[in-house]
Amino acid sequence: MMIFLDNLINGLSLGSIYAIIALGYTMVYGIAKMLNFAHGDIIMVGAYIAFCGLQYWNLPPVVAMLMAMVVCTLLGITIEGLAYRPLRQATSLAVLITAIGMSYLLQNLALMIWGANPKSFPGTFINSFTLHLGRLTISSATLITILANVVIMIALTLFTSRTKIGKAMRCVSEDRGAAQLMGINVNRTISITFAIGSALAAVAGVLLCSSYPILQPTTGSMPGIKAFTAAVFGGIGSIPGAMLGGILLGVIEIFGKAYISTALGDAIVFAVLIIVLLVKPTGLLGKPVREKV
Amino acid sequence: MKKLLALVLAMVMTLTVCAAVAEEETVTLKIAHIGPTTGPAALYGLATLHGAELAAKEINEAGGKYRIELIAEDDEHNPEKVINAYNKVLDDGAQMILGTTTSKPCEAASAQGYVDRVFFLTPSASSTAVIEDKDNAFQVCFTDPNQGAASAEYIASHKLGTKIAIIYNDSDVYSTGIRDSFVAKAAELSLEIVSETSFSTDDNADFTVQVADAQNAGADLVFLPMYYTPASNILNTAAAKNYKPVFFGVDGMDGILGVEGFDTSLAEGVMLLTPFVATSEDEKVVSFVTKYREAYNEDPIQFAADAYDGIYILVEAAEKAGITSEMKFDEVCDPMIAAMQEISYEGLTGAMTWDESGAVTKTPMAATIINGIYVFED
Repeated sequence: MMIFLDNLINGLSLGSIYAIIALGYTMVYGIAKMLNFAHGDIIMVGAYIAFCGLQYWNLPPVVAMLMAMVVCTLLGITIEGLAYRPLRQATSLAVLITAIGMSYLLQNLALMIWGANPKSFPGTFINSFTLHLGRLTISSATLITILANVVIMIALTLFTSRTKIGKAMRCVSEDRGAAQLMGINVNRTISITFAIGSALAAVAGVLLCSSYPILQPTTGSMPGIKAFTAAVFGGIGSIPGAMLGGILLGVIEIFGKAYISTALGDAIVFAVLIIVLLVKPTGLLGKPVREKV
Repeated sequence: MKKLLALVLAMVMTLTVCAAVAEEETVTLKIAHIGPTTGPAALYGLATLHGAELAAKEINEAGGKYRIELIAEDDEHNPEKVINAYNKVLDDGAQMILGTTTSKPCEAASAQGYVDRVFFLTPSASSTAVIEDKDNAFQVCFTDPNQGAASAEYIASHKLGTKIAIIYNDSDVYSTGIRDSFVAKAAELSLEIVSETSFSTDDNADFTVQVADAQNAGADLVFLPMYYTPASNILNTAAAKNYKPVFFGVDGMDGILGVEGFDTSLAEGVMLLTPFVATSEDEKVVSFVTKYREAYNEDPIQFAADAYDGIYILVEAAEKAGITSEMKFDEVCDPMIAAMQEISYEGLTGAMTWDESGAVTKTPMAATIINGIYVFED
């Protein structure tokens, strides 16, 4: 039973990180209708910025994290403005390829700036205490990760349903042309989406590296792909879907490893994804969209 | 007049021949170093490159019979890119290859080298597949089975643990090779393996399940046949779970202390099998470490020592084989293969001999990390 609980908590913790990353994917997809494959690499940049803040400039952890969020936000807006905006009218395939190119560009820039040697992310930030409940140990990193996920999820839901910008986002998501006709600045709305998604990526980067401290230019790739899977799993474009998909993916991964085979962890995750998509092609919480002819 | 001209010409020719003979006194060996100087395994590739550079510089400055011309190429620890690097160095006139640094690319490159007849001496690629069924490839480091079996023997003879857990990378030949021989030897020595879990290269961040499995099985020693990057995540996870067994690694663990930002207290008490530690008081090692620090501003790891030895071994074998500056790589290969089996070399990493398989014979030693440095056990 203890082992089960232990695995469950580890799964929730891993799943929460996937969920935060998946939120970025799903927001950008829902609003700009594009897959931003560079999202995983923005996570990596965020982690490196926070690493520099903590390791080289001895900044307090919260300041380092805020700095990472600011840098990532600017980076996200810049990428959107330079690489994606000119392609707004192009085919979705062109944008997809640009995003993959951007992903490699970021990785190689990181390789140039920070070098190839892996760095170890200082654990001082959120590894401050450990809870002992009988044989069960829960690190503060786990608690903070799960908590941050819940807070972000609630904040985002309120933001998109209550604020003016949030409503504009939903309009753009529903019908870009009509939104523009109604006087919504589509480009600005998409920029803001990227800004929020990238700031979340910075948070995800810090949380990811606090739990799994090895930081290298490829750190964001695999979590990025898993989170993208989580977004599809939950129904891409849906905020609660990304959250649910992320958490489920993390839990399935850990349980698969713990009870079936450590070698098959990833295979199990993707097998579940295939089954879900066969039964429900739009993902768990995705809405079916009828194509008008 | 014609006679005089002929005489003069004859004299000129004789002189030219004499000059040519005099020039042959020094032999320039074109040695290629191939290893990952960028990418995830760059720490190893840079270490072997620096070790080789240092040895080459020493030999060139000493001004003996041999000069070394080092040709360096990056393979990014990638089995496809290594073939590009290999072709590039051969185009650049390399006669033999010191490399490649890591196992997977080396398997690809030495197999191609077997077909093209290129001589390989790898400082650090330790999987058996690097030398298996290939007469052209030799190793400075131990083969993986040797490391696994030696680890099991060391653990048994020093009674380091009674319940053993293994975490290994099942997508990496280096890791699985060591794991297989460790398990075989452990059975022979009746060491009890209570937990065995794996991970893959693509997914090396979350180790909570693997560590929990070892902890719940009550393992008092965890064997980690892997490179230092995943190992440092494992140490971190274990610390978070307040789990403190003996961690026992192999040569891939070397370098863990060099990771920037790594909390070295996590590695306190970690043991690893390695034929070289920078803190040794051996005269040769002290001189090497001093020069290395001067040149590169850091402590050399085992890989650097392997490559440093590698260059000297190549020179010794080349002397035995009578290699000259003009010989092409395919002419160099067979004499070098024969010479390698005849020479013995005493280097930084111990006294070494080779058999026809290409595997080295030397004695393994274990070091423990104490206060952030490696300390040799007896």
